Amino acid sequence: MSGVPVDPYVVPALDGVAYGLLVFVAAAGLVLCFGVAGILNLAHGTLFAIGGYTAAALLDGGWGSLALALVVGVGAATAAGALVALLLTRVGAAGHLNQALLTFGVALAGGSLLVAAFGPDDPPVRVPAALDGSVVVAGHRYAAYRLVFIVLAAVLAGLLHLAVRRTRAGMLVRAAVDDAEMVATLGVSPAVVRVGVLAAAGALAGAAGVLGAPIIGPGPDTADAVLLLSLVVVVLGGLGSMTGTLLAALAVGQIQTLGVALAPSAAPFLLFAAMAVVLAVRARGLATARRAT
Amino acid sequence: MVRLLRPTVAVAVLAGLVAAPWVVDDYTSALLARTLALGLVAVGVALLTGVAGLPTLGQTAPYAAGAYAGALVGGHLCDVGAVQVLVAGAAGAALATATLPLVLPARGVVLLMITLAVGELAVVLAGRWTSVTGGTDGLAGIAPTRPLWGLPVLTTDRARYLYTLVVVAVLVGLVLLVLRTRVGLLLRAGRDDEARLRASGHRVAAHVAGVHVAAGAIAGAAGSLLATAQQYVSPADFGFDTSALLLLGVVVGGTASVGGALVGAVLVVAARDWLFGALPGQAPLVLGLAFVVVAHLLPTARRARPPARPRPASAPLGPRPADARRPTSATGVRA
Amino acid sequence: MTPLLTAEAVTVRYGSLTALDAVDLRIPLGQRHALIGPNGAGKSTLLDVVAGVTRAAGGRVRLAGRDVTRLGPAARARRGVGRIHQRPAVWGSLTVRENVLVAALPRAERAGRWHPAARRRSAGRTADALLDRTGLGDLAATPAGQLAHGQRRQVEIAVALAGRPRLLLLDEPAAGLSAVEVGWLVEFLRGLPRAVAVLLVEHRLDLVYALCDTVTVLRDGRTLATGSPAEIRASGPVRQAYAEGVT
Repeated sequence: MSGVPVDPYVVPALDGVAYGLLVFVAAAGLVLCFGVAGILNLAHGTLFAIGGYTAAALLDGGWGSLALALVVGVGAATAAGALVALLLTRVGAAGHLNQALLTFGVALAGGSLLVAAFGPDDPPVRVPAALDGSVVVAGHRYAAYRLVFIVLAAVLAGLLHLAVRRTRAGMLVRAAVDDAEMVATLGVSPAVVRVGVLAAAGALAGAAGVLGAPIIGPGPDTADAVLLLSLVVVVLGGLGSMTGTLLAALAVGQIQTLGVALAPSAAPFLLFAAMAVVLAVRARGLATARRAT
Repeated sequence: MVRLLRPTVAVAVLAGLVAAPWVVDDYTSALLARTLALGLVAVGVALLTGVAGLPTLGQTAPYAAGAYAGALVGGHLCDVGAVQVLVAGAAGAALATATLPLVLPARGVVLLMITLAVGELAVVLAGRWTSVTGGTDGLAGIAPTRPLWGLPVLTTDRARYLYTLVVVAVLVGLVLLVLRTRVGLLLRAGRDDEARLRASGHRVAAHVAGVHVAAGAIAGAAGSLLATAQQYVSPADFGFDTSALLLLGVVVGGTASVGGALVGAVLVVAARDWLFGALPGQAPLVLGLAFVVVAHLLPTARRARPPARPRPASAPLGPRPADARRPTSATGVRA
Repeated sequence: MTPLLTAEAVTVRYGSLTALDAVDLRIPLGQRHALIGPNGAGKSTLLDVVAGVTRAAGGRVRLAGRDVTRLGPAARARRGVGRIHQRPAVWGSLTVRENVLVAALPRAERAGRWHPAARRRSAGRTADALLDRTGLGDLAATPAGQLAHGQRRQVEIAVALAGRPRLLLLDEPAAGLSAVEVGWLVEFLRGLPRAVAVLLVEHRLDLVYALCDTVTVLRDGRTLATGSPAEIRASGPVRQAYAEGVT
């Protein structure tokens, strides 16, 4: 090893940022599904896993393979999201329970197909050779890929914000949130909105899956883990607020990395405690704030 | 016809359940006992989801709390089943009480999300709190239970199954009795129209809290039965798939029917177990497709409660069909 | 004597829109009071504020002298506020009798009947009496969800009265009813005991004049005038305002 000291806290803190941004990109899709279409998509973690497996299968250490994996992974996850939306069209009006059952069924079947295609083990993921090493950040060694990932994910988050705020589709999305019936009178079919939103959510999950594969690798448990993390983040973030979700994701990232480094014995409880505290404090505000949207 | 059909089915199901351990082998008896425990959890799910209109995916949390509490009491304090069931029920109720601030204001999809997150976090916690739960290895070698003081300990799978059956029957009977009182009336009224109930002077929040805690207690008691029947408890018993299976069982059983939920859950869990034995590789795929098919076949479960607070005064003039009151404002994205 | 209901300077805002702007309202015991005005004048909002469904941004609401501004709808209902919604709200999976029974239960609790069975009997007696009065006896065992609109309205009236309200809030009770049903409604409301005060929001002025002794005109969230039906009819600005809104 060189003479650069490895600080026990800076590296976990940076890891936490990477982890948090990854969870945010995955969770943003869930926020869209839930906020715009009122759907709890239990197959969301599976869409992430599709991206992850694609990365594992295609990445060979070159830049080209990363681009290819991104295109294929995002395309496949988008298609899968649209498929869920199509399956939902007949069930859509029937209520939350049927939606939950259907999306869970898709998750179960999809997970089984992924394991059948890629095997029951966690496949290794190769990052581009140029990013395989580590760099020195403020006197600390840090994995180059994670640093690049932090930048990429931050750019993605920014683009998402602009898309929701500035584009026509984003405007429609916000209108649908305010009043679904009004958007229907504008001549936009709710079914089309649903397909669009679930496909967009799939794209986000797929992108997170491909880019995040070196951080949260693909495997049989990935879908559940990502769904849980996204869910916790969405709930912590105030159920529908993108900014809130981002903050919650960064906080959860720190809890999962820095928290474990600082207080290993308390770590299992931290996530629970954070959720309990935030929700207990916000329970009242949450209900009123959501009504106001 | 229907009037006659229901008691007939009930009697047939009960007779079948009593006779089962003499018909099947020990392994299947043990499996059935576990299935019955899950059926009891499903009764709590039906109470919340069907009767009260509060959909849940998180009953695995109090179920787990009850299972660990029952196992720990059995291992360290008291081998009497009645005590274990009571303590486990109290543990489930306590966990449900602790999560009340999270679930009280939530309805519909929001409630599904929050309960699922709570249930999943509980499993994560169970897997990591090694000193108490044994972590992912679980708690093994739980001491055998004796049903009541003075009775012998349950040593065979058949005895454990029959003990489970008796406790489940007693608790389900209790739930059915309570639902026949005004409690059932108020819960159904809340499912139909919560604002109207409030406008009549009822403390709806207290009703909602009550049914959450009661369902938690039922799930907790079921957890103790799991510990007794299986003599082993691990986080794998409380996974996400368990929640979804329970919901499927409740929907198959007719959502608002407590007895139907029990039967539905038992059938679904039994089908799952059979499937994993018969087609080990393809079982999740087939099961997943079954979920999709059921979601399509059963056109709708009962309408869930609208959001806890009414929308601002923008109601259109004149009468509208009741379904028009779908909780569109329950969701939202804010940038 | 303290009025039954006093609303002082009630203000409600939805975002940048001011729905009610410092509105005052006073209803003595037993008064039959109507709120009229063009669409968007804030009539239903004021009803929501009185019922406790909408929290006012400013102002006070008192019931029989007691400040209830911070109380929710359930607490106000227990203090004697009954309500009939614009769209009849019934519990669809409950029978008609069960609907009235559920509404009678809080009252039975307040009457100090702690034993559940006694409570249920007392509420049952109230329910049966109300079913008789509203002519719903024959439908007692029918699930309310299967009823036609007019019958639902009848059930909701029985439900609102089951709490023995001192103040009955009526939000366009005649909306969607046939002529015959409107006739029944007017007769029934006229037959209410004088002790029950009424706050009626209604577009149909014939009903307002048939039922009410005091009328308040709202426009753009402000009180334009309050007076007897004759005074309101005679008031030029009111007629003009109303005509503008209606066109």
